[in-house]
Amino acid sequence: MGPDAPVVLELAGITKRFPGIIANDHVDFDLRAHEVHALLGENGAGKSTLMNILYGLYRPDEGEIRINGKLAHFTSSKDAIEAGIGMVHQHFMLIPVMTVAENIVLAVEPTRAGVLFDVGAAADRVREIAEQFKFTIDPYARIQNLSVGQQQRVEILKALYRKADILILDEPTAVLTPQEARELFGILQRLKAEGMSIIFISHKLNEALEIADRITVLRRGVKIDTIPREGATEASLARMMVGRDVLLTVEKTPGVPGKPLLEVAGLEVFDDRGLEVVKGVSLTVHAGEIVGLAGIDGNGQEELIDALTGLRKAHAGSIRIAGEESSGDSAREMLETGVGHIPVDRQRRGLVLDFSLAENLALRDFRHAPNSRLGWLFPNRLVARARKLLKEFDVRGGVPQTRAGMLSGGNQQKVVLAREIDRDPKVLVAGQPTRGLDVGAIEFVHRRLLSERDEGRAILLVSLELDEILSLSDRILVIYEGRIVGEFPPTVSEEELGLAMTGGGRGSGEEAA
Amino acid sequence: MDEILGRYRLLQRAGGLIAPVVTSVMAFLVGGLVIVATTHKAPWGVYRGIFNGAGLNWILPWISAVDRTNAGYNLQQTLLVTTALILTGLAVSFAFRCGLFNIGGQGQYIVGAVFAVWIGSSLSGLQPAVHIVLAVGIATLGGAVWAGIAGFLRARFGAHEVITTIMLNWTAIWVASALLGQGGPLQGKNGSDNPISADVVDGAKLTVIWGDPLLQGLSIGIFVALAALVLYWIVTSRTTLGFGIRTVGKSTEAARYSGIDVARSTFLAMAISGGFAGLAGALDILGWQFRLSVGDVQASQIGFIGIAVALLGRNTAVGVGLSALLFGALVNGTSTRNLDPSVFRPELAGNLTILIQGLVVLFVGADVLVLVVLSRLRRRRA
Repeated sequence: MGPDAPVVLELAGITKRFPGIIANDHVDFDLRAHEVHALLGENGAGKSTLMNILYGLYRPDEGEIRINGKLAHFTSSKDAIEAGIGMVHQHFMLIPVMTVAENIVLAVEPTRAGVLFDVGAAADRVREIAEQFKFTIDPYARIQNLSVGQQQRVEILKALYRKADILILDEPTAVLTPQEARELFGILQRLKAEGMSIIFISHKLNEALEIADRITVLRRGVKIDTIPREGATEASLARMMVGRDVLLTVEKTPGVPGKPLLEVAGLEVFDDRGLEVVKGVSLTVHAGEIVGLAGIDGNGQEELIDALTGLRKAHAGSIRIAGEESSGDSAREMLETGVGHIPVDRQRRGLVLDFSLAENLALRDFRHAPNSRLGWLFPNRLVARARKLLKEFDVRGGVPQTRAGMLSGGNQQKVVLAREIDRDPKVLVAGQPTRGLDVGAIEFVHRRLLSERDEGRAILLVSLELDEILSLSDRILVIYEGRIVGEFPPTVSEEELGLAMTGGGRGSGEEAA
Repeated sequence: MDEILGRYRLLQRAGGLIAPVVTSVMAFLVGGLVIVATTHKAPWGVYRGIFNGAGLNWILPWISAVDRTNAGYNLQQTLLVTTALILTGLAVSFAFRCGLFNIGGQGQYIVGAVFAVWIGSSLSGLQPAVHIVLAVGIATLGGAVWAGIAGFLRARFGAHEVITTIMLNWTAIWVASALLGQGGPLQGKNGSDNPISADVVDGAKLTVIWGDPLLQGLSIGIFVALAALVLYWIVTSRTTLGFGIRTVGKSTEAARYSGIDVARSTFLAMAISGGFAGLAGALDILGWQFRLSVGDVQASQIGFIGIAVALLGRNTAVGVGLSALLFGALVNGTSTRNLDPSVFRPELAGNLTILIQGLVVLFVGADVLVLVVLSRLRRRRA
C-alpha cells in the first residue's frame, strides 16, 4: 500500500465508442499493488465498459493496457486471465447443478492420466485456497443450494484458483444483504493483506469510502479524478459523480393535507399460497400528503400494493378512491379511477423491456386518445408524446424508439415515473421507487414525488429504506405481519421505527388513520 | 454486463435479415452434402432441377418459349402452395406474438377445408360472389373456433396450447376422415365408392387469374393471402388489440399491470391465428382442389410446414411472405410430377423437402449460433 507501492496495472487513454455514445473517453486508470481501488460512477458512466475492456471482452478503440509495466493486448478474457486478472461479474457465471469444486476448476480441470477428471484433486486444491484466505466453503456443495453471498465467494475462489493477482468486482454488494456485504468486506481486507490488488466497482458512496484506498470517479465516460480515501466525503464524491451538488437528503416543507383521496378500511388480502398476509389494514392518505409505509420485506406490503391497484382481489374490506367505492375493481378500473402505480419490480411489471420507450410510455394509456381512437393506434403520436416526456423527465440514453432494456436502471425508473405522473393520478402508490438507483436518480425521484405531493396528489410510499421513509413522509405507518402496528411523525428516530418494524412497538396505531 | 446484452440485442436486430438468409443457405449446404452422400449426384444439378421444377426459371429471360410455358404452369402451382403457406405461417406467427406456440395450424386448416368443401359443394344456384364469401367466411370462422378452443383452455385453465392444439389436430383429422369416408355425410353422392367429397360447384370456384383453371392455374387466392399479410402487419402494429396481444406476449405481468385482459388477449390471439389457417383451407378447396378426400386430409402437411415458414420468417409480415415462397418452391419443385426424373429420383425428392425443412427448423433454433458466428466475423474484420 501507500503511494510508493508499485503500479501493477495501468490503463492509459482508453477510448471506446458505441453507436451514438462514447462509453469511455480517454480514461486513465492505475492500480497499485496491495490496494483496493474503487471505481465510482452513476449507472451508465462507463465503469463496466472500462472493466470489460480490461478483462478482454471489448477491444478499446484507442489507448493501451500495461500489466506490470508491460504492454498487453487482450483479444479475449482468456488472455486477461492468463495475465493474472480475475473478474467477479454482477451476475454470477456458475452452473447451478454442479458442485463448488467443479465450478471452480471448470475449463482448467486437474486430470488423471491426461483425460480423467480428478475430483479429489480439485476439491483438495479448492480447500487449500479457501484455507489460505480463510473462506469457509464446502467444495462438494452444489451451487444451487448456496446463498447468494456464498456463490459470490465461489466466484472469488474461481479467480484465485486461476492464480489471479488482480481482482475486479463489479457492483459486488448489489445482490447481497447487509450482513453478507460485511462479510465480503472482511474477505476483501484479507485478500489485500495476502497481496491481492482489487478494483471495486460501485455506485454506492459509503461502500467506496469504507473499503477503498483510492477512489476514481467516472462521469459520462470521462474520468473526473482519482483521490485518496482520506479527506473524501460522501458529499464531495456525490458532487464528482453527478457534476453538481447533490442533496443527499431532500429539503421538504410540511405538507398541506386536503381531503382524503385513498381510504382503506379493514382490508384483508391473501397471498398466492392462500395465506392471509394483509390482516385488516386501515389507512387514509389525503391530498397533498405522503404517507410512508415502513416495514421489513415480506410483511404484506406487496400484497397490499396489489390490492390497492386492482392486481389482486381483496378478501375483505373496502377501498375508496376520492370518495368513490372501488373495492373489487380490476386493474383497468383502478387505472381509470386515477390510481397511479410505481411497481416494485420495474423490469418485470413496470416496463416491457423489449418494447420501445414510446410504447412503454403508452403502456397504461394506449386505449385512449390521443394514443388511439376506436382501436386504431397512432404510433407517431406515441413517439411525439414520448419525446416530450423523455425531455420533461430528463431521461438520458434513449430516444422514443430505444428499447427500454437498453436504459440504465435510473432512467428506466424515470420512464415509469413519467408515465404514471403524466396520467395525472389522484392517488400514487409508489413501491420502493428508488431501489437500485444511484444518488443522482434517487434525488430526482424524491424531488419529483415531493412536487407531485404539492400538486395535491395522495402518495402512499412503500419502502424498505428507512432513510427514504423518514425524509419524504408526512406521516409514517409501520406494517408488521400484515397489520399496521404504529403511526409516527417524520421526526421519529430510526431506532423507534426499527423497533416497531420488528414487532416491538407500542402498538398505538391499531386504528391508524 | 448490460452493455454486452445490449450489443447482443442490437446484433440480433441487425441480424433480422442476415440470420434467416444464413440459416437457409446453411440448410441447403447440409442438404447438398446429404445428396452427395446418398446419391453421388452433384447437389448443384439437383437444386437446379428443383428450381426449374418450381417454375422459378420463368423469371429467367433467356429460356425458350416452350420452356416458359411449362415453367408458367409450374410457377402457378408453386404460388398456389405459397398462398396456403403464407396463411398457415401467419397462423403460427400471430399466436407467437402473444407468446403462444400454435402447433395446431394443420387441424385448423382441415376444419377450414371441410367447411369450404361442404358449403362449396352444396347450395348450388346461389349467386357466385355470395357463395364464395359465405364458404370462405364460415371456413375462416371454423378455423378460428377450432383454435379458439385451445385459446380458451389456455386462458381459463392454463392448459398448454402445444398439447391441446396437437390433440385438436388429431381430432380434426379423424373427424374429417369420418365425414368424408365411406357412408360419411360429406362423401360425394356421385355413384363412386371413393372416400371423397362431391365437387365444389362452379359458382363457388375462385377466379383464375393466370393459367388454365383445369390445370390448377393461379387463383385470386394469392391476393387474399397477400392481403392477409398486410392485415397481419396492421393488426400487430397499428391497433390497440395488437398492442395488447404483443404486451401479453412479452410480459404477462406488465400486461396485467397495464389493465390488459390477459385471458381475452390469449383467446383472441389463438382464434385469429386459427382464422388464418382456416382461410388457407378454404382457398385451397375453392381455388384449385375443388374436392377433399380422406387421403388429402391424412397426407396434408401444409399446416406443419407453416411452422417452419413462421420460424424462418421470424414472425414478420415480409419474412413470412418470403419464406412461404421459399417453402412453396421447395414443396412444388420436389413433387414427383415436377422434378426431372433424370436429375433425382422423384420418389426420393419429397424427402429432400422434409430434410431441408427439418434443417431450417434446426438452424433457426440455433440462430444464436449463427449470430455468434456473425459477430465473430464482424469483430475479426473490425
